[in-house]
Amino acid sequence: MLLEAKNISFRYNERTPWILQNVNISIEKGERVGLVGPSGYGKSTLLKLMAGYLKPASGEILLDGQSLPEKGVCPVQLIYQHPEKAINPRWKMKKVLQESGMFREEVMEALGIEKEWLGRYPRELSGGELQRFCVARSLFAGTHFLLADEMSTMLDVITQAQIWGLMMKEVEERHLGLLMVTHNHALADQVCDRIIDLRSQNLK
Amino acid sequence: MDSMRIMNSDQPILEVKDLSVSFHMYDEGLEQYDLQVISNLSIDVKPGEIVAIAGSSGSGKSLLAHAVMGLLPENASTTGTMLYKGKPLTEKDKEKLRGKEMALVPQSVAYLDPSMKIGSQVLGEKPDENRKKAQKKAFARFHLDEKTEHLYPFQLSGGMARRVLVSKAVISGAELIIADEPTPGLDLEMALEALRCFREMADEGKAIILITHDIDLAFNFADRVAVFYAGTTVEIAPSADFVKGPEALRHPYSKALWRALPQNGFRPIPGFQPYARALPKGCLFAPRCPHKTEECEQTIPMQELRGGTVRCIHAT
Amino acid sequence: MESKNAENTGKKAGILRINRRTGTIITFIIIAAVLVSIYLAGIFINEEMIRADFSQKGLKPSWEHPFGTDMLGRDMLLRTIKGMSTSIIVGTVASSVSAVIALFVGVVAATGSAGLDHFINWLIDLVMGIPHTVLLILIAFACGKGLKGVLIGVAVTHWTGLARLIRSEVLQIRSQQYIEVSRKLGYDSRWITVNHILPHMIPQFLIGLILMFPHAIMHESSLTFLGFGLSPEQPAVGIILSESMKYLSTGMWWLAFFPGLTLAVIVLLFDRLGENLKKLVDPYSAHE
Repeated sequence: MLLEAKNISFRYNERTPWILQNVNISIEKGERVGLVGPSGYGKSTLLKLMAGYLKPASGEILLDGQSLPEKGVCPVQLIYQHPEKAINPRWKMKKVLQESGMFREEVMEALGIEKEWLGRYPRELSGGELQRFCVARSLFAGTHFLLADEMSTMLDVITQAQIWGLMMKEVEERHLGLLMVTHNHALADQVCDRIIDLRSQNLK
Repeated sequence: MDSMRIMNSDQPILEVKDLSVSFHMYDEGLEQYDLQVISNLSIDVKPGEIVAIAGSSGSGKSLLAHAVMGLLPENASTTGTMLYKGKPLTEKDKEKLRGKEMALVPQSVAYLDPSMKIGSQVLGEKPDENRKKAQKKAFARFHLDEKTEHLYPFQLSGGMARRVLVSKAVISGAELIIADEPTPGLDLEMALEALRCFREMADEGKAIILITHDIDLAFNFADRVAVFYAGTTVEIAPSADFVKGPEALRHPYSKALWRALPQNGFRPIPGFQPYARALPKGCLFAPRCPHKTEECEQTIPMQELRGGTVRCIHAT
Repeated sequence: MESKNAENTGKKAGILRINRRTGTIITFIIIAAVLVSIYLAGIFINEEMIRADFSQKGLKPSWEHPFGTDMLGRDMLLRTIKGMSTSIIVGTVASSVSAVIALFVGVVAATGSAGLDHFINWLIDLVMGIPHTVLLILIAFACGKGLKGVLIGVAVTHWTGLARLIRSEVLQIRSQQYIEVSRKLGYDSRWITVNHILPHMIPQFLIGLILMFPHAIMHESSLTFLGFGLSPEQPAVGIILSESMKYLSTGMWWLAFFPGLTLAVIVLLFDRLGENLKKLVDPYSAHE
């Protein structure tokens, strides 16, 4: 399976400058790709486009030659930088897992989610603990590609290593494609088989 | 104030001793409880020095900054002492000094006034020519376009906002700067530039507290590193020890931090930092510690060891 | 630094130690109890008890008749309670209907198509643009005055402010990341509205509802006072007040004073009720 961005250009509206112009990248299933580049080169925007959260101004996002489904479960899942914003603050953690149908023993075990956390509200958990839920939530059977937008930037190094350890194990076992954005080159070297510098891609 | 300026450089600008912070919270029903988020924390910073604070989220790093600046919410209560230039720091002093002698580089854009243009926010009220020049210089340094001055906060990207916040502290002329996560979202070059900037300010005699997750970068710019865990200091050591590696470090948690860095093996220890409502007795790190013994359940004091301090009875 | 002594961790709140949340809840319950008992008292006061008795007409306030009697010799206290009871029913029904309209309209505007949103905004502007009392009189008159006319009139004029508030709240929540995530997990917008958005609206809805009561009661009374509301046979504060106008010049001040004061007190009580509820559910003051 192949996830492609073909000649993608993007800007928020006609009066604002281009954020991305004629970007082409593709990832194969089972591949771990790092996306690097200076601030303002549109890394996060590209991820949002590839997960279907934004529509490109021109060009297309293709999954095996087909465009992404508009409705229903999306095979490309995005994990955000701030887990506390990506979880409904009024929900207990159990409901968060139930929403994605991932309230299952083996998932919780694989991601080191403690039973005791399920009865708590998001504000009673730390960023690293919440991020585990976000990862768990996106690992359901229909997922083929995971996009991680500076997923561990706000975490301490131990939690970062824990989360990436779990992520890489799951990605390996399920043979998922991974595209991650980071500013940390050492991290990208540890996690990825291939690194794309957006400077060489984004011809703006 | 002027008499206070004459002081020997060994006297810390800020000295925090045995600080504890707790929040008075409501439970599900009508019961209230106190959530102790910082316990017996001690730290100091001298002129000309950068002290980096490392530790996981929820270890009380930002709260320390807010406690020093007097920005804690109303339901928080504190015990312990804070000395500013050797004198007790009262809430009134904090308000008076904040933004003048003490500056905070906050964590997010949310701390900028959304309805004010960047330029006037960074300059403050009635800026003189020097300040304007300093602002232009700082913006140029961080590759912020001249046009940035005329933008509103919502028009900035995350990285730009962070650079604006750092430049604001740079030109503030404050003697004590607390930077709360100034680097995430910045690419490596920008992050290094920001840290170089803090180093220069420290070399000019200012005192800087640098709260950061990017500890591998911080080691190279800071003089000392304080490691926080579950709301207290577990080790304070010269940065050189962190560059050297686990053999030079004292506390098992600091060693674990070092080993978890991607460039040092990327090997995490298992387990989690305890939740503030369910803190273990004695050493807070004991549940995850390989050297745990029965004595660890007693109160563990900070002790001097090889030119640093550590809160561990088994440290060598 | 200022060192306030932190209280012992985990100390249980004693029965006599009343914290702010308990205090707020007690106030809330007392106010609610007062309002409910006025309503119930009104139901138990029958026509017999306030029948005309010309031997007692025009008496000043006394222990026997704390609010005095009117020109037909009816006890003003009982009449006022009966009238307030009617007002409370009108207020409850009209503001409930109004709040439900507001919730529905607000959510539909925020989640529906752009055209619908424009239309609803236009409608809100329209209703808000016409002076309140004029619109009320028009609707109450068109619906044939009486209880039905007042209810409809008050219900269809009071939803605009709350609807606008709910619309903007929903818009703000809809742009949250967890909503986008939910969408990508395959949920349709109806599921998201019910599970993610509506629970966030409960506090706004409840507070809006309770703060609407005083308005509804005031407007019911003023409509009735002006003669466009309840019919003169019905016991209502508006009726009592408009009757009393005739006798004010003869120095019978108590006919207007006590019923008017009661109306003001009830309105204030509802206002306090709403403010207390707001304190309890607002996350910014919830832990104080």
